Amino acid sequence: MEADKITSTDYSMQSIRVRSYKRKKIAGAIPLYTILIFYFLIIAYPLFWMVINSFKTTEEIFSNSWALPTTWLVSNYVHAWNTGISEYFLNSTIVTLSTCLLTVFLSALGAYGLTRFQFKGKKLLLILCMGGMMLSPQVSLVPLYKLIQALGIHDTYLALILPYVAYRIPITVLLIRAAFLEVPKELEESAFLDGCSTWSVFTKIFLPLNLPILFTGIIITAYFTWNEFMFALIFIDSDSLKTIPAGLMQFRDALQTNWGVLLAGLMISAIPIITLFLFLQKYFVRGLASGSLKG
Amino acid sequence: MTLRKMAPYLYIAPCILLMGLFVYYPIVENFRFAFYEFSAFAPDKVFVGFENFLALFQDEVFYIALKNNIWYAVISIVCQVFGGLILAAILEDPLTRLLSGFFRTAFFLPVIISITVIALLFSFVYNPDIGILNSFLRLLGLEEWTRAWLGESETAIFAVIAVSQWQSIGYIMMLFIVAIQSIPQELYEAADIDGANKFYKFLHITVPQVKEMLFVATLITLTGAFTVFNEPYILTSGGPGNASEVLGTLLYKSAFFRDEMGYASAIATIILLLSLAAAIIQMKLFKTGKEE
Repeated sequence: MEADKITSTDYSMQSIRVRSYKRKKIAGAIPLYTILIFYFLIIAYPLFWMVINSFKTTEEIFSNSWALPTTWLVSNYVHAWNTGISEYFLNSTIVTLSTCLLTVFLSALGAYGLTRFQFKGKKLLLILCMGGMMLSPQVSLVPLYKLIQALGIHDTYLALILPYVAYRIPITVLLIRAAFLEVPKELEESAFLDGCSTWSVFTKIFLPLNLPILFTGIIITAYFTWNEFMFALIFIDSDSLKTIPAGLMQFRDALQTNWGVLLAGLMISAIPIITLFLFLQKYFVRGLASGSLKG
Repeated sequence: MTLRKMAPYLYIAPCILLMGLFVYYPIVENFRFAFYEFSAFAPDKVFVGFENFLALFQDEVFYIALKNNIWYAVISIVCQVFGGLILAAILEDPLTRLLSGFFRTAFFLPVIISITVIALLFSFVYNPDIGILNSFLRLLGLEEWTRAWLGESETAIFAVIAVSQWQSIGYIMMLFIVAIQSIPQELYEAADIDGANKFYKFLHITVPQVKEMLFVATLITLTGAFTVFNEPYILTSGGPGNASEVLGTLLYKSAFFRDEMGYASAIATIILLLSLAAAIIQMKLFKTGKEE
């Protein structure tokens, strides 16, 4: 009897304690969630505004920019697509794909050379890569412009692709190098015993084994290339070769007062990379963790 | 045998060549160009010694730009480094675990969107008639606070800086999240046993443990602040007048509008020196911090 009593009071004591602990926990969570929701509104509201107003006429944006559109004008998107965005989109796609493939392939070559051989000057590439990560393109804008003219590639896709690749190599080499260092020595040694060349070890062992990190490299390069603005503005003159970030400036000037269509153009430009991010978030985060992702 | 010896060099050659040509050679050339006067298409350069620098130091727009870059640096450090760290700590707190994935993705979203899209969107946000900002102020009954944010010289640069914060806080936050996730959980558990509260744990466990990332984040933010170009260029082109000019837009205008390539190179040299100085000072600061 005595023992039973103790247990029951014990129980109720415990449940009180649990309840008060829970209450304390909820009380602690409220200020945290308040901050999060407040910041969420700051981030989400402009984006939401862009989405709803991209379906409106300019008059409706003027008269009531806060409400949902009375009729959802998908035609804004068609109009934007036909007023240049399709061309910029194609250019961005070509430049981004070429830059990604070249960057990741050349960086993988470099990383392989760095991790699998002993040779003089090995440190040089490592140092060049680390230093290269610190240098921002703004600082060498004038000589780069001159160089691109001298090479005769001004106003071609190459005027963007080559500098992009060069500026993305440092981070990508370091990223891939870290993964290549983890590949066990025995794997390649047995391949060499079977008479494989260093090249076939590279293509048959290193590349297939490290697909996730190569993919991360492609993602962070794509992010950079799709959004790069300054080179795209300066190294390309022809409207027909402009990528989206620079093309949007032209697009804005062409559409001065047609705001709904302009907003639809902004949406079309942002959607591919957002989609990529939402599906491949973990690759983004991994790439980011290993260094700076911004240009 | 010779091919085997050559092999490593062949593997690293493309990287070295491309970086050498497009990253390192232009940096070196830029130092040289700063001492010449020349235009984009004329083949001749005239050596002028330090004249470009002297002219720059007498140019009052240079000081406006420099001041704006310093504002950029200060505000970015407060918002991105401190704000980003606090958001990261909140999102990694066990109390918010339920929704932290959602908020993390949402806060990172602006980082993914092209700055051109964001800047054009914010030209609407700041629009005096239909802009979200003014509408919001009217809603709060703060009619007298409404203004043409980008069109007035007192507010233009701050409106531009705010856009950069809006975009980049999420990026620095994500760096801190990655750093916080690698802190050993036992440290927090031990503090819990001692009955430590959140602020104590944040100041005495989280902050010291992410010190290295704090250094990286400050470096990224500072370099970004001194080299910024996109946001001011797209939002205001440095205007009204020169009110929101930064060194980056001044460089661009000198080179590609006024065709003073040497002068532009001198500005670029200053930008490089400033970001180097920021990096070195910071390394010193963080080192003394370590010794304590």
